[in-house]
Formats: sequence, structure tokens, C-alpha cells
Amino acid sequence: MASHSESIIREPLITGKDITYAKITNDVLYPVENKPNKAWWIGFTVASMGALLWVVAISLTFWYGLGEWGLNKTVGWAWDITGFVWWVGIGHAGTLISAVLLLFRQNWRNSINRSAEAMTIFAVICAATYIVAHMGRPWLAYFTLPLPNQYGSLWVNWNSALMMDVFAISTYFSVSLVFWYTGLLPDIASIRDRATGLRRRIYSVMSFGWTGSVKTWQRFETVSLILAGISTPLVLSVHTIVSFDFATSLEPGWHTTIFPPYFVAGAIFSGFAMVQTLLLVTRKVLGLENYITMFHIESMNKIIMLTGSIVGVAYITEFFIAWYSGVEYEQYAFINRATGPYWWAYWSMMSCNVISPQVFWSSKLRRNIKFSWFLSIIVNIGMWFERFVIIVTSLHRDYIPSSWVMFYPTWVDVAVFIGSIGLFFTMFLLFIRVLPSVAMAEVKLLLKSSSEQAKKKLIDDGHLEPAEVQYYKESLVKFDSVDMSDYEKV
Amino acid sequence: MSSTKFILGLFDDPDDMMHGIEKLQKNSIPIYDVYTPMPIHGIEDKLGVKESRLGYAAFCFGCLGATVIFSILYYTLVHDWPMNVGGKPHFAMPNFVPFTFEWTILFTAFGMTLTFFAATHLFPGRAPRVMDLRATDDRFVIAVDAKGNVPHEDITNLLKEAGAVEVKHNNRKYVSYE
Repeated sequence: MASHSESIIREPLITGKDITYAKITNDVLYPVENKPNKAWWIGFTVASMGALLWVVAISLTFWYGLGEWGLNKTVGWAWDITGFVWWVGIGHAGTLISAVLLLFRQNWRNSINRSAEAMTIFAVICAATYIVAHMGRPWLAYFTLPLPNQYGSLWVNWNSALMMDVFAISTYFSVSLVFWYTGLLPDIASIRDRATGLRRRIYSVMSFGWTGSVKTWQRFETVSLILAGISTPLVLSVHTIVSFDFATSLEPGWHTTIFPPYFVAGAIFSGFAMVQTLLLVTRKVLGLENYITMFHIESMNKIIMLTGSIVGVAYITEFFIAWYSGVEYEQYAFINRATGPYWWAYWSMMSCNVISPQVFWSSKLRRNIKFSWFLSIIVNIGMWFERFVIIVTSLHRDYIPSSWVMFYPTWVDVAVFIGSIGLFFTMFLLFIRVLPSVAMAEVKLLLKSSSEQAKKKLIDDGHLEPAEVQYYKESLVKFDSVDMSDYEKV
Repeated sequence: MSSTKFILGLFDDPDDMMHGIEKLQKNSIPIYDVYTPMPIHGIEDKLGVKESRLGYAAFCFGCLGATVIFSILYYTLVHDWPMNVGGKPHFAMPNFVPFTFEWTILFTAFGMTLTFFAATHLFPGRAPRVMDLRATDDRFVIAVDAKGNVPHEDITNLLKEAGAVEVKHNNRKYVSYE
């Protein structure tokens, strides 16, 4: 256990001066073991009303068919595929935080991975509902599986990118679910061992009989690492394949080789924005400021800034290639995007996704919680517009001018989208009530190395250079949860 | 003859627990198991726990997944019902890549995780065999089988010397066995 000390100049991942292993359990399980507060009830009421709207809108779609949506013969895909790609993209940050950052040994993921993974699961559920609804006859969804059937040899078309989608999304969902649930086992066991009566019995079933013995932990860590190793290429492949839905077509504005990396960057961008939207509220409402600290918020803002810049480069590259390739249809598609009837959508996308994240170069804004929350919503809106622009502006004017039309959503289109957001938040709010929203076991791992109190002890023991101590103290100023008076005498 | 089945040393600090393990080992007292609320790195070496072989299982399941889906693809698209899509060859390998890749991962994830559950005896509804309820909260527990020849007092003293905050003599093997 000599590996406990961490460089003093690294900012702490757990703040607060009297954190113990027991306090971590108490803090994290507080919302699970107690009655919900007013904020939760308000949120839940609003979200479940949204979910109800979704039920109504989806039921209408299933009952009357896709005629309920504003699709027409030219724009055959619109808000539904926009919503699908948007939700799948949002889901990606969860896997990124839990898998990619684990592989890169980024300890700061430990306090945010649980909520982010839950977000992934719920976002992918929302995405999947769009796909199933857009099938028109969802009760025939099993046709996408390669099953022998009564018609003789009628197999699915493996050459279609839409089939790749079926396999990618279902694999992604189930692997994320396995990853998430396996990671939850030790924490469910903690709830079980503190609970009584019926709750104890329920959590007992859910905990799979976890005891926390050495061999179990060793295997658990092996499983986590391998799952992270295979989820990392998986997450990249999923959005690449989603981009194939467009890129393998012959539609101007769609069939570009830049789509796979561009979509993946956009997914990370919107995913982190949604994690930010959720966690900034969650940490405040559940009182988790000591575990989800300014360092976490700032790190995520840096990722938002980076991926926003990548997305910006991709937008410009698309324009450049349209000009450089000399394909006039491609050129028209892009000029039409920026100056045609949907110019407002294009410029909303540009200002939300490319210009606005650049303000995070300013450290003051990057560390401003209210501003971060505001910007995360702006990014979410921008990324929705990005998918809308790609899909609708390319479709509404294709090769034949006689078929040029505008797309107008019906109220059902709008209700399905708003409703899916309600559904998402309903699931998330239920999640934070029944399961720990912070991975306790993983956070406990950091207490002796990366916590503020461990570092404070190092300083108090006096083995450090004054310059290092000074550097560390200055890095703490930005934390809203650090009591600076503790450092006055140091 | 005492009815003690297990002697538990409860520590509130993982470093102290590691000292406890060292002390017991120096005195040749066999350790039954150690229960912690979080993974303790380096403990496997100390206790002589062999490296997990789940990686091999993962590799085998991955190969299985790749083979299964590739066979399905080949059978359906090349053998059973070849489709002419834009004059492309029936055995269009690039189109097979995404499916093969996805199922390699799918089989690896499920196969390995189920192997983990089977090997560790974890399954839904299994009665939790916990020796101390705080082992999943904030206590680091060393369990010693009491059937040894060493007087129990000695074990108790060794654990206390190492910094155990509490030493328990459990009459039952599991406290939460239901």
C-alpha cells in the first residue's frame, strides 16, 4: 500500500476535511435511504408529465401509423432520425467516461461514471424507441433478426447499413447494461447490508450475493478492465455505424468519408454536455459537492471545448470538400444549408456548437457552475440542430427540383421529442432514488491518495517544498467546496 | 471447546489491515479470506491469490462470437440466398466487418461476465454470505478459521496489535445468511 501518495500538485478529487469511508457511504446513500426532497418531487412531476406525453404521442403513431408525423414523400426522415442520432450521441459520454477514461487511468472518472453510465442506458432506450416507432409496424421488429421463417429463405440484407445499426445499437445497449450492472453490485451490497425488511430482501436479490472477498474483487477488476477494453472500440464503432446510415447513401451532403470521425466527435460533445446538465443539478440537489468537484466540471468542460472544436473543423472541412471536389450537387447542398430556407437551423448549429464552446478558453467561465450549465444546454440544442440540418436540409432539396418541399413537424413529432426528454428524466430521477448515483467503492479507492484531506496531511507532516504547497493552495481557490480558512496557517 | 467458528479482525484503514495480514502470516496463522468495501491493490500478491484467468475466457468467447456471426453471414448471403446488390460479389467481406466486430464484443462481454458470476458464485437472489455487515461499508475484515491449534487469544492479540478496531469471535459462519 505504499502507492498511496499522489503528487501534491494534482488537484484533489474528493474535497472536505473529515471524509471517512463511512461518510462516503452515508453521503452517497442519503437519497437512496431517505424520502425524496421537494426538488426531486418537482422534477419528477414535470418529467413524468413529459413521459405521459410521450406515451400519448407514440400510441397515436402506432395506432394511426407514420402519417401522424410531418414526413412527406421527399423528406422521409426528419425529427425521428434526428432524435435517434441525438440520443445515441448523448449516450456515448457514459461509455467514454467509464471505459476510455478507465483505460487511460483517469481517476476523476470514478465519481461521475455511475451517473454517466445510467445516462447512457436511458439515452439508448430513448434512441431505440425512435427506431422502433419509425418502422411503422413495430410488431414486425423481429424481421431485423436473421431468423429462418415460414416464407422460406428470406434473410435480412447484410449489405445494408441499417442492419449494421441494429447489431451495433443492440450490442451497445446490452454491453453497456452489463458493464453498468456489474459495476453496481458492490454498491448494491452496501445498501443491502444497511437495509432492513423488504428493502433488504429486494437489494439482496439484486446484489447477487456479493460479499467483497479478495478473489471476487480481483475478478471484478479484471472484468471491468476487459469490458472497458472492448467497450472503447465499441463506442467508436457505434456512432461510426450510425453515420454509415447516411454516408453509404448517394445523397449530396451525406455521402462523405468524414462522417464517422465527425459523428463520433459530435457524440462525445453532446454526451458530455448532457452529463454536465445532469450532474451540475444532481450534485447540488443530492449534496455531492465533495465528490463531484470543480475539477470534474472543469475537466468535462475542457472535453466539451475540444470536441466542439473538432466538430467545428468538420463543418468547415465539409464545405471545403464540397468546393474542392467540384461536385456541383454537393456544392449546392452546402450553400443551400447556409443560405437556403433552413439558414436559421444552420446558423443555430454553427453558433451553438462551434462558437459558444470556445468561451471555455477562459478559465473563469470554465469554472462557473451556472454558466457551465447554461452552455451545456446550448450545446445540446446545437447538436440537435446539427442532426436536423444534416438530415432535413439534404433531403428537402435533392436532385429533382420538382420534388423540392419544406418539412413541417406535426404536434405529434414535437410531442414524441419533448416526451422522450421527459421519459429520459423520469428514468434518471428514479435511478437516483433507488441506486447510488456515485460509484462508492471506486470513490473510496481515492480517499487515501487523491482526497483533499490526504493531501492536507502531507502538507501538515511537512515533507514538502514550500513552492509545491503554494502551488497546490492556489489550485484550490476555484473549488466551491474547499474551505480556504484551513490553509491560512499553512 | 469454544463454539467460535471464525475470528474476525475489523480494521478501519486498509494499511492497518495489510499489517494485520503480515503479522498473521509471520506467525503462520492461515487466513481464511479478507473482505473489503473496495478493491485493495497489492493484496493478491500478499495472500498468494493466483492471477485471474478471465482474460482467456474473454478471448475464447470473442472468437466464438466472431465465428458464429461470420458463419451466419456466409450461410445466408453466400450460400443460401445470394443477393445481387449493384453487381457486387456475394462474398463481400467489407460488409461483414461491422457485424463480426459487434458480435465479437457481444459474446466477449456476456461470456466473460457470466463466467465471472459462475466462478464467483454470484447470481440473482443468492443469499449474501457476509461475515460482518460493515464489510461492505467501512470495515476491512480479515477472517481467520478458528479451528486452528493456536489459542484464540493469540490471534486476537495479533490482530489488535496490528491496529484492529474490533475483534469478533463469530459463532456462525455468516451473519446475513437468510
